[in-house]
Amino acid sequence: MTRVHDMGGRYGDGAVDPAPDEPMFHAPWHRRAMALTLAAGAIGRWNIDAMRHAREAVAPQDYARFSYYEKWLAGVADMAVGRGMVTRAELAAAGDAAIGDQAGGEAGGEAGTAPPEFGPADPRALRPADVETILRRGSPSTRPGAAPTFTPGDRVRTRLPARNLAVDGGHTRLPAYAAGHLGRVLRHHGAHVLPDSNAHFLGEAPEPLYAVAFDAAEIWGSAERAGDEVVLDLWESYLVPAEHSE
Amino acid sequence: MPHDSHDHDHGAHALLPPDPALRVRALETLLARKGFVDPAAMDAILDFYENRIGPRIGATVVARAWTDPDFRAALREDSTAALAAEGLLGRQGEHMVVVENTPEVHNVVVCTLCSCYPWPLLGIPPSWYKSDAYRARVVREPRKVLSEFGLTLPEAQSVRVWDSTAEIRYLVLPMRPEGTEGLGAEALADWVTRNAMIGTGLPERPQ
Repeated sequence: MTRVHDMGGRYGDGAVDPAPDEPMFHAPWHRRAMALTLAAGAIGRWNIDAMRHAREAVAPQDYARFSYYEKWLAGVADMAVGRGMVTRAELAAAGDAAIGDQAGGEAGGEAGTAPPEFGPADPRALRPADVETILRRGSPSTRPGAAPTFTPGDRVRTRLPARNLAVDGGHTRLPAYAAGHLGRVLRHHGAHVLPDSNAHFLGEAPEPLYAVAFDAAEIWGSAERAGDEVVLDLWESYLVPAEHSE
Repeated sequence: MPHDSHDHDHGAHALLPPDPALRVRALETLLARKGFVDPAAMDAILDFYENRIGPRIGATVVARAWTDPDFRAALREDSTAALAAEGLLGRQGEHMVVVENTPEVHNVVVCTLCSCYPWPLLGIPPSWYKSDAYRARVVREPRKVLSEFGLTLPEAQSVRVWDSTAEIRYLVLPMRPEGTEGLGAEALADWVTRNAMIGTGLPERPQ
């Protein structure tokens, strides 16, 4: 019932490499992959929840072997096909052409390095002059919505198991490690778009969102130090009042 | 219950070449030719993140919070509103909460499910923040992970790890270092490292 991206608490990943002097991008294609993902997203054929889910939904063996921007590319390719922007045949043909261009370039030509031709613009295509405005505006996820049931200090329990209630195998933002645990509401963030619904284009279904604190020992069985905490942002439908489950 | 359609149509990406550089090239060419993506807009996106956005913006916020009690109070009251007033929100930082380190609590930020990060204040996330090792481990053994960054917390400080599971982005407000009493906001910003604002480091004397 979990997916490979839901890795909080997992054992075996080894040490973190802080790499203090790394470049912003490790390869030229990383730059293009980042910009392509943002530019394609600006068209509005999908939302950020759907894109996160597309990345999570790649096969576990692909998720594990893909680098960060390869996951982004897979998400864009799968979404572009899934949302009817391109066909599988067009995608395959574009791949073959890129391979051909590279072979031509290696033979001494300039193919494959010039900027691609921009066809008749889709009315929603992001244009250079609008980029800064769009990036500075972002996409706020607050919406008018129901008043919160819980108030700071309330004891709550997360649902068990962590799963999408409407779509089998669907997107959710309740990590498996935090499911079924007792926590305490720290703050209410207002009503926010519910990813479990929005990722599947089933509507924004806004719900109250809370920061909920969990004692590390409650979640992991033992803590590195008594009193350490983990805080997660959780939607109201992820929570039940603590007394109902005890 | 409906099934997740992604499990049936995923794998379109496998139609692209194995070399990721060619995969990007193919996708960019196709989406440009169809009029969905303007390559010049991609260049503008890169210019924005490479040249105009980065951790210096977050450092300026921290330094001002250290020197301007009203601003600090405004951040505490409503970080999003306080940063909006300065024009410092944006994509992947539409809703902000600034969390303050104290002698009792040290804050650390992660996104275990993907790599959510406050882009408008810190720029593009570093590789370690996106790594499986950080995402998997910092929620369970934060002190061990922090030690891999060379940071050992005093026993008196509890750790609070913020897992960014929604669209709220967190910025750590570190404690102002001793020995900086005479410095103004501009000079103080030089002390504020990116990692100090994620919680995997502390402010450092500038080199």
